[in-house]
This record gives sequence, structure tokens and C-alpha cells, in this order.
Amino acid sequence: MMDLGYNTLLVATGAGLLGIAAGVTGAFLYLRKRSLVSDAISHATLPGVALAFIFMVALGGEGRNLVGLLGGAALSSLAGLAVVQWLTRRTRLGEDAAIGAVLSVFFGFGIVLLTVIQTLGAGRQAGLETFLLGSTAGMLRADAIVIAVGGALTLLACLLLRRPMTMVSFDAEYAATQGLVPARVDMGMMALALAVTTIGLKIVGLILIVALLILPAVAARFWTERAEVVALLAGVMGGLAGASGAVLSALAPDLPTGPIIVLVAAALFTLSLVFAPERGVLAGAIAYMRFRRQVHMRQGLLALAHGHRVHESYSRRLLGRAGLIRADGVVTDQGRRLAAWAARDERRWSYLRSRPEGAALAARYDGLTPIEDLVTPDQLRALDDAIASDGAGPQARGRVPEGRS
Amino acid sequence: MGSEFVALSLPPILIGCLAAVACALPGNFLLLRRQALIGDAISHVVLPGIVVAFLLTGMVSTWPMMLGAAGAALVAVALIQIVQRVGRIEPGAAMGVVFTTMFAGGVLLLEQSDTSNVHLDVQHALYGNLESLIWLDATGWHSLLDPEALAWLPPELTRMAVVAALVALFIAALWRPLAISTFDEGFARTIGIPVTLLGLALVVVSAMAAVAAFDAVGSIIVIAMFICPPAAARLMTDRLATQVWISAGLALVSAVLGYVLAGYGPLWLGADDAVSAAGMIATVSGLILGGAALFGPKRRGQSG
Repeated sequence: MMDLGYNTLLVATGAGLLGIAAGVTGAFLYLRKRSLVSDAISHATLPGVALAFIFMVALGGEGRNLVGLLGGAALSSLAGLAVVQWLTRRTRLGEDAAIGAVLSVFFGFGIVLLTVIQTLGAGRQAGLETFLLGSTAGMLRADAIVIAVGGALTLLACLLLRRPMTMVSFDAEYAATQGLVPARVDMGMMALALAVTTIGLKIVGLILIVALLILPAVAARFWTERAEVVALLAGVMGGLAGASGAVLSALAPDLPTGPIIVLVAAALFTLSLVFAPERGVLAGAIAYMRFRRQVHMRQGLLALAHGHRVHESYSRRLLGRAGLIRADGVVTDQGRRLAAWAARDERRWSYLRSRPEGAALAARYDGLTPIEDLVTPDQLRALDDAIASDGAGPQARGRVPEGRS
Repeated sequence: MGSEFVALSLPPILIGCLAAVACALPGNFLLLRRQALIGDAISHVVLPGIVVAFLLTGMVSTWPMMLGAAGAALVAVALIQIVQRVGRIEPGAAMGVVFTTMFAGGVLLLEQSDTSNVHLDVQHALYGNLESLIWLDATGWHSLLDPEALAWLPPELTRMAVVAALVALFIAALWRPLAISTFDEGFARTIGIPVTLLGLALVVVSAMAAVAAFDAVGSIIVIAMFICPPAAARLMTDRLATQVWISAGLALVSAVLGYVLAGYGPLWLGADDAVSAAGMIATVSGLILGGAALFGPKRRGQSG
């Protein structure tokens, strides 16, 4: 850390703040299903950067003033956003087509302007290409300060807009009854995305900045169902990716800042995809395996209760491992006890499900949950009495019902 | 003038036209299926594909790179599906997750590997170098009939022509099932069209067009041509066949007009150097789309 220098520290701070702002903003964009609009916004910055450069040179300036360039970027991405909105609302094109059209055309026009600058400047290297992929190497002190301050301001705006954005993302109609105008909150959200994109141009670059708005948000969504928590987590992950990416890329040569930040964020996403409880892949696999085990166990026990032999190999293995059948398939005492219990449970369920007054409880039938887990001992006794006195009912005693999971 | 035009401008214009049409044709179906951004995703992941191909073979030659790019496109499509299904993430975000990550990986690999002595960089991947695809052996229009000179046509031209023909053939041959499954997937399924397989084939064909076009003209044209001409045509007609023909026409107009404006426009304005043809072609296609959005007879849908 010592030899990283003050500039890197400033950049890392800026990237961290920007990452938090991007995570929070991106979370709301994601919840509103507008994530890819930011891709159009970011590509639309290029003509603005180039025009700002040309304009500043025409005024006799040097053309490389970061604030001026970013100002141009913000203006042209605003134009891009307006065109996306206009195409989506005024024509029958879908938002995806509008996004793709704006990002390719604005970007293409930006490339035209870049080649114009190359010929204009007669030997002057504008260095505007660094805005494509971001570059923090050899950044001026003033630029680093601009980025740090910009990141902080964007984050502040994010925090101010946090409440209305949460409400609109959670339920736009409810938010409207509370006096919020969802369209206006959406516009604020887009303005934040625009700010993140603009500030991030120099660090992450316009091609990849969209990743900082998407990856942390999608990753955070794995861990929780609550909008506010998604935003918080996304902010933490975005900040982590931004700051650590900036530091990592300063540690060694040939580690471009933008891609490193994106790859850190992608790593966080992958971890979330795999390990998140409930929504993660691993949790899903475990839940599936447990469910499969329960089904096989239950069906195996019911078969035993009927005096059938269990032929299905997985059920056999399960029953054998639990000591309920011997290797030759003969039922043990323990097995007989549990099989009788399972059969009785199934009988109670089937009786309950055949009765209108049992409907509320019967809705919770899944073929796996023992009824004892859902009712009190008193209710259970009442149920057993009812079954005993109604022995000749449609669901005769001893018959195992068809119902299964 | 004639000889210079045939040698310097004709091949790039032809390549540009073929690339534009090859992308615009499948773009029609992607647009109607709300998969317009597949082109965007594919053209981003082409970079990691060619970088990996270069690292594996150690040389910059066309076929390994095309294969690498096509492989990357397929990997990306598969990953998008996996992320979308497994993670239960909406398609747009799933796409954003996959293509940004792969692109970042590609840039990192490129920076880490020693490619300084070969012509392989991000800029080239983005906006290609249409202007450099010249035909030095041409001495005039009569060269078009001279087998010896024809043998030295830029190889990109032949490749692009083959790919464009394959794309057109695919769409012509599978027209009915493609059209039916695009408009009514459920109905297509009931009459026995393998909808999923067809959708995958469409994406593969699009990827093929994107990869070939990318090699010749860079990603930016690819994305623009996948979307702008079909979108503009969509605002002009309700009939699919008409839309496809119009989109091909608009793609041609964009390519020719864009190239001419980029090559000769600055000269007319008194500047010395041409500007990026790829960028200009994308710009022209955007202007056409803008015109269609303002004046297209079907811009609002059925009613108007």
C-alpha cells in the first residue's frame, strides 16, 4: 500500500464511492427491470466526449479538461436516454430494440467524431480512446479529485433518493397512493445511472461501466427478497469491486482498471449464484436432494405397510441405511413400526381431505409432512375418533389413498 | 478514377453491403422475438473468443479466430440461458452479466498476453478497418473479368459473400416455421415445429453472421445492422416478407451511403482525411431509423 501513492488512493476512493453509488442505483434499475437501459446511456456518452473535445479546442483550449469532457458525456447520454424513451413510447418498437439502436448509432457516430479529431489535431494525441475501456494509469491529480468528488456526490444523491426509489421498486402503484410520482422517481433513477456512467467513464470506460450497474445488483438479489436490503448489499459489493479493482490494477502493470473492477464484481456474482441461501444453486441442489430423499422414504414406507417388497433401488438403499429393511429386503421391527406410522398418517390425511371441514388443513397436504406437525394433540385425538366412528366411510380404514406428492 | 474506385472503394463497399445484409436478415426475427440485444451480446464476446484463439494457436490467422469467436458466441448464449434459468434472473440482466464479464476477461487476457507485435487490439475489434480491405491487383472495371486479378480479391469479400448467402438460404428455406414460431410460439408447437431448436438455430446463424461481419468490419456495424434496418422496416409495414425485403434494402443503402459519406464526405467539406466508415454506416442506419420513427406509416402499430 505504501508505494501506491496519493493518486491511486484518491482513485481507489473515488472508484469505491462510485461502486457503492452504482450498486445502489443498479439495484433499483434491476428491480424496475431497466438494467440494460444503462448500456444505451453509457455508449451514448462517446459523441458527447468527442464533441466536448472539439468544442474546447475550437475555443482555444487544450481539450482535455476532464470536467468539460464529462459534461459533454452527460449531455449526449441524456440525449441517448431521451431517444430510447421516445422510441419506446412513440413507436411500436420494444425497449430492447430502442436500446440496441441508440447504443450502436450513438457509438458509431462517436467513432466518426474520434476519427475527425485524429485528423483535426494534426499530431495531437487526444487520448480519448481511454474513455472506451477506462484508464487510471498516469491520471492527473486534478482528475483524480474530480472522480473522488463526483463519486461522493453521486452517492449522496443516491442516499437522498433512497426512500422513494425503494417504494417505487417495491410497488409503484402503492407508491403513487403515497403521493409519489413513479415516472418522476424513475427519472431520478435514470439521472443517477447517468451520473454513475459519466463519472465512471475515466475509471471503468464506457463499454464496461454497465457491468458495475448490473453485476452487484443481480448478485445482491440472490441474498434477500427485500428491496432495501438488495440496494444495501449491492452498494457494498459495488464499493468492494470498485475500490479493490482500482487498487489491484495499480499493483501490477498490464492490469487495466475497468476490466479488473468488472471481474471482481463478476466473482462476487458467481459466489452469490452458487452459495446464496435459498436462491443459490447449491441451496437449490441440496433442497432438491432432501425432497427426493423424503419422497422415496415415504413411498418406501407406504409400500412396506402394504407388505410389498421395495424394488426401486434408491428407496431400498435409503431404507436399508436407516435400518428399516435388511439387505435381503426383509422388514425389520423398526421398519414395521415406521411403516405403520406412515400408513396411519396417510389415512388421517385422506380422511381429512375427504371432509369439507378439513379443507383449510388439507390445503397444506404435500404427501410428506406428517399431520402431527400441523395439529395439536387434542385435534389429532378428535381426528382419530372421527375416523374410528366413521370407519365405513368412503375412505375405508386400512386403505392407503392414491394421493402422493 | 475508375481504376482507383475498383481497387480502393469497390471491395470495401461490397463487403460492407454483404455484412450489412447478413446481419439485417436474421435481425428481423430477433427484433420480433424481443431478442434484439443478442447481437449486442454476441459482438461483445467475440473479443475474448479471438484472444483465446490467438493464445491457443499463437498466430493471427482467420480460421482459428473465426472459430474462437463462434465458440465464444455459443458459450455466451449458453451461459446467458444458464444464468437466466438457474438464477431466475430476467433476460436483459442475465445478458448484461454474461457479456460484460466475458468482454472484461477478453480485455484482460489481451493486455496480459504479448500481442504488441500483432494486429490485435480492442479498437480493431470494435470498429474494424473496412477501409483497408482493398484490391491491389485491380486496374479498372475490366479486372472484374480477369481471373488472375480476381484471385487476389480480399479474402474477406469471399467469406462474407458465402456467409451472407448461407444466412439468406437459412431464412428462405425455413421461412414458414420461422415466421410461425416468431408470431405464435404456442401454435407453432402444436403443429409440430421444433420451436426451441429453431430458436437456437436462429441464434447460431446470427452468431455466424456477426462473427464473419466482425472480422471484416468490426462490432459496431454488426450491432447497428442487427437492429436499425429491421426496426426501421418494422415501422413501415405489417407484413413480415415486406419487412425483411425493406430491411435488406435499408441495410444496403446504409452501407453504400455510409461508406461514400465517410470516404468522400470530408473531401467535399474540404478536409483531407476520411472518417471511420464503420461508424458512418452505423450513423446513417440510425438516421434512417430516426426518419422511419418520425414518418413511418406503421410507426404506432396496427392502428396507425
